[in-house]
Amino acid sequence: MADAGRERDITEILVGFARTLRGAGVDATPDRVQAMLAAAGEIGVTDRESAYWAGRLTLCGEPDDIPTYDAAFAAYFSDAPALPPTPQTPPRATRRPTLLFAPSRPGTGEADEDETTVASMASDTEVLRYRDIAALSAAEREEVRRMLALLAPGTAPRRTRRFRPAARGPVDPRATVRRMLRQAGEPTRLARRRRGAKPRRLVLLLDVSGSMAPYADALLRFAHAAVRRRPTLTEVFTVGTRLTRVTRALRHRDPDVALGAVSRAIPDWHGGTRLADSVTAFLDRWGRRGTARGAVVVICSDGWERGDPTALGDQVAHLSRLAHRLVWANPHRGKPGYAPLVGGMAAVLPYLDDFVAGHSLASLEELVGVIARA
Amino acid sequence: MTSVDATPRRPSSAADLASALADVEYLADDGLATAGYLASRMGRPLFLEGDAGVGKTAFAQALASATGAHFVRLQCYEGLDAAQALYDWDFTRQILHLRTVEAAAHATGERPDTAKLEASLYDRRFLISRPLLEALETTPSVLLVDEIDRADDEFEAFLLEVLSEAAISIPELGRVAAAEPPLTVLTSNRTREVHDALKRRCLYHWVEHPGFDREVAILRRRLPDITERLARDVATAIRRMRELDLIKPPGVAEALDWANALSTLGARTMDPDLAAATLGAVLKYREDAERARSADIANLLGE
Repeated sequence: MADAGRERDITEILVGFARTLRGAGVDATPDRVQAMLAAAGEIGVTDRESAYWAGRLTLCGEPDDIPTYDAAFAAYFSDAPALPPTPQTPPRATRRPTLLFAPSRPGTGEADEDETTVASMASDTEVLRYRDIAALSAAEREEVRRMLALLAPGTAPRRTRRFRPAARGPVDPRATVRRMLRQAGEPTRLARRRRGAKPRRLVLLLDVSGSMAPYADALLRFAHAAVRRRPTLTEVFTVGTRLTRVTRALRHRDPDVALGAVSRAIPDWHGGTRLADSVTAFLDRWGRRGTARGAVVVICSDGWERGDPTALGDQVAHLSRLAHRLVWANPHRGKPGYAPLVGGMAAVLPYLDDFVAGHSLASLEELVGVIARA
Repeated sequence: MTSVDATPRRPSSAADLASALADVEYLADDGLATAGYLASRMGRPLFLEGDAGVGKTAFAQALASATGAHFVRLQCYEGLDAAQALYDWDFTRQILHLRTVEAAAHATGERPDTAKLEASLYDRRFLISRPLLEALETTPSVLLVDEIDRADDEFEAFLLEVLSEAAISIPELGRVAAAEPPLTVLTSNRTREVHDALKRRCLYHWVEHPGFDREVAILRRRLPDITERLARDVATAIRRMRELDLIKPPGVAEALDWANALSTLGARTMDPDLAAATLGAVLKYREDAERARSADIANLLGE
């Protein structure tokens, strides 16, 4: 009976720890907590070490969780004050009515005015498409956001190794024999097969440093549209002084909620640029393992590199050898009189398959076309 | 079905498993031993991630030998489907069988019983086991699903179903259930994210490079012929290399290759000339080799 009391205590302590961990940002779902309790029961939580492993093996799901886990564990199982909990669910974004439903100029809103309103709005949209996103007013930006959500960036399909039954194509021996068996071994119509097709992976590396601040919101919305289109075949990273993977945060349906989650995930928002280091980190942790292999990789950055431009050139050369196609979107390219003379940009130019602008809605639409090119 | 050579033994604690693994020349740290022990006790698959060459695949093999279980490996690749992972009917043999029965019936002049004939066509002997079926049919067994991230994501859902049921249904033959679910080890190189549904069912462990003492111990154990001094020298140099910011930092596998190469050339300690000559066993990128040379390999030994 005393033992039961002790066990209850341990359960309470462990569940409390799981709650702390969830507050610190690790996705410790109830079934994971159940697993932790089962694990603790199996190994017998007699000391700090076994509690540590029982929790880490069951509550963590990826390497990024482990430092958070270690910190939370140290804080919880010591006398130090607990970690300040961060809000778990982001506050719901309030939807503002977009320009589409508001009159484009202050008017009386009478029925016979409707037609003129629609006409002037159409031309406004047309002009807006070519305006530099950095120079927009708040209302215009809202309109651009709405239109960005309608973009659907997706890559062209490639042949896969998997065969699919087809009406024409090479003979599928197994399926043919299976058909023959059904007819007591008599020769029958030949079954045929073809290789299937699957879109390539799309990898977006978005620069969120200070110099790219006016474009960061639009680019992240562009990325959100891409993730929504193909959730499992799109990877999004932000680069600045360090590399952050934001694919998971962007999976939320609502763009505002998704962007809120992204801004909480990015530690170097509007900071400096160490592009070469970030690209190296991407190559080491993701790119070379396979994320960039055969993929369409898009880097959105102005190419301002504080470090050595030749180092950036080397890394981008490496990336271009891994990727199927490497695209660079630089907002400054859309400005009249721009020439890629900034140290970083000049170094990477020889390795790019495409160099586009991405400073306005129209140029982002062009980027969608470039991504879809085979 | 394959026979299991050693007698099965169940580890009684994580420390017990660690010593059983050490007996088969695999030195696991506390985390990995606890993970293996829990996986076998809780009947959950173990999901291993870590840099290439830290011994994820070797761990599964060692786990099989240490527990006296049958080892089954399923290497994942793009386009992997049920016929290659689960089972397949041997159609050619089935047709041959059919023809033989027909010819025999023709000779004797009687009509073959069709129902009986069909039943004999879908006999177990015409079924080819692929890794998953093999693992379910052999008890106890360790199933290694290697590089799950290389398979298509549809395959994950399929694997999840087989693993959670520990059974599969073959329409023509019936249900094949494992007497005891195989101890499953999944590895991933993180080329894409594996679905949460699969990860949630698993115990997760990130395998680190071993510390200095453990690495020396691993070298000494796996290569009994090398000198203590050479093992320490190699481990020191490898550790320095991991700090060098290389494209591909060397893992335990490379450390073993290098030590083996050096000892094959008769080295008893790390000699700068020999080290330079055998560098290809450790560093597989030209850029890395250049960087190591410029960092001066002799200096990699410290002092």
